[in-house]
Amino acid sequence: MSVDRATVHRIASLARLAITEEEAEQLEKELSGIFDWVAQLDELDTSAVEPMTRVAAMTMRLRKDEVTDGFYADDIVKNAPKVDDHYFVVPKIIE
Amino acid sequence: MDAKTEKSNLIEGATGAWEMVIGLEVHAQVSSESKLFSGASTEFGGEPNSHVSLVDAAMPGMLPVINEGCIAQAIRTGLGLKAQINLTSVFDRKNYFYPDLPQGYQISQFKDPIVGEGEVIVDLLSGERVIVGIERLHLEQDAGKSLHDQHPQFSYVDLNRSGVALMEIVSRPDIRSSEQARAYVSKVRTILRYLGTCDGNMEEGSLRADVNVSVRRPGEELGTRCEIKNVNSIRFIGQAIEYEARRQIEILEDGGKIDQQTRLFDAKTGETRAMRSKEEAHDYRYFPDPDLLPLELSQEFVDGIAASLPELPDEKRARFIADYGLTPYDADVLVAERESVDYFEAVAKGRDAKQAANWVINELFGRLNKEGVNVVDSPVSADQLGSIVDLIKANTISGKIAKDVFDIAWTEGGDPAEIVEARGLKQVTDTGAIKKAVDDVIAANPEKVEQAKEKPAMVGWFVGQVMKATQGKASPQAVNELLKAKLGI
Repeated sequence: MSVDRATVHRIASLARLAITEEEAEQLEKELSGIFDWVAQLDELDTSAVEPMTRVAAMTMRLRKDEVTDGFYADDIVKNAPKVDDHYFVVPKIIE
Repeated sequence: MDAKTEKSNLIEGATGAWEMVIGLEVHAQVSSESKLFSGASTEFGGEPNSHVSLVDAAMPGMLPVINEGCIAQAIRTGLGLKAQINLTSVFDRKNYFYPDLPQGYQISQFKDPIVGEGEVIVDLLSGERVIVGIERLHLEQDAGKSLHDQHPQFSYVDLNRSGVALMEIVSRPDIRSSEQARAYVSKVRTILRYLGTCDGNMEEGSLRADVNVSVRRPGEELGTRCEIKNVNSIRFIGQAIEYEARRQIEILEDGGKIDQQTRLFDAKTGETRAMRSKEEAHDYRYFPDPDLLPLELSQEFVDGIAASLPELPDEKRARFIADYGLTPYDADVLVAERESVDYFEAVAKGRDAKQAANWVINELFGRLNKEGVNVVDSPVSADQLGSIVDLIKANTISGKIAKDVFDIAWTEGGDPAEIVEARGLKQVTDTGAIKKAVDDVIAANPEKVEQAKEKPAMVGWFVGQVMKATQGKASPQAVNELLKAKLGI
């Protein structure tokens, strides 16, 4: 299989996902299937093809440097599990 | 040894000489009104989470829209660093988890930064000149701020800084001593402040540096490096490098090996220490941000910015030396801070630049340093100092009296010309009055006149007598000339 069990656990841990061994086994199969399917593209020689960076012929829209947003701290922290004086309160970050 | 190796920079260990190799990543906050991808304010010190939009808080469904002003500032900085401007650049997601990073990724530029290779000329006090290569400059988002001292069990997070634009300026590992590193950061800061692209305020965190340090035997391959994160003063950068290099040398001389690590500098102890070791190495899984198209700029846009660049410190320094005849040292002192050079140029305008430089450096900077006052708060304005220089030039006052006038202007304020007038400090330049005094002294001392004809140095005695007669206000130069003419010497 193109994706082994250790890789599955590594990706899960980078994504902060807790998965069981059964789920890992399932994901190993699914991810390998996806990778193998996409790998079929390797059969084509694309060395002379520019990578596609957009689906529509558009360039990035630019914004003027002006303050147009903010000043609603009440709303920003509204859904937070724990708040004090408009701060988000989180478990102690030890570094 | 490579071209950058200098004997004087080597560190003598117990087993021979070592060389430091240093590279710096300077994070400079872009001076802008609003954030890189949202319209929230960048102002420092707002109420917690008040300068935050739904984009900055990473609410679902929010889309970033880039700030044109920040792009212009990055290009302006690139041009000031004599660097390649890339007309196409790409924004990527750098993925990691931290409570002050609500998106779970930082929008940054990885493979295709907006600015490519450039260079910074660094002049040291010793007169030594080092050229430090710039590898790249890219735009990225700042994270929020975590406070750890508000509560014993919890950390507090404020997202006001989240999404503010940063420029990361990455140097080549061209630096070989802590002194060079300090001078390099000072120079970058000066350039940014001239350009107006970053306020350079290190206390507010507008400028901070990650310092990469390794050591090696001169001429050998690069050693394993350690990265000291987030050092926020130029003095600390120097201390962190000195400590870190010696720590590494000690390990190597004891037969150990250096682990590639991220370390923190503790300003209290002056030491660096390893950050809590991560379970695994950083894997940021960069990929192009699908919310943002590639950034494409026209050459005209870049040319327009290039046309508006101010005169930069290197050019000013060269001009001061070539046109004004200033010494390299004086020129360095004057150009180091934008405010200082503005002050100097206001004083020098239409006046003798060398005399202006002397007054600004010796009297003004001397006094400012002594009293711990910043040049922008100087009690003596550039106009006032210029007026003092004019009064000397016009022979209204002597250089010695001018220092008194400067002191009065500093402590009491006022227009120097009026101070001179009101306090009767004017030099007597009225040749009639001086002539009379000269004639009187000559008439009263016929023997001395004869002696002076034999011994021209005697003229000094006559000058003294005339000055006494005029209460010190006669122009010594005028008195001297008159006496020489009258005595025929």
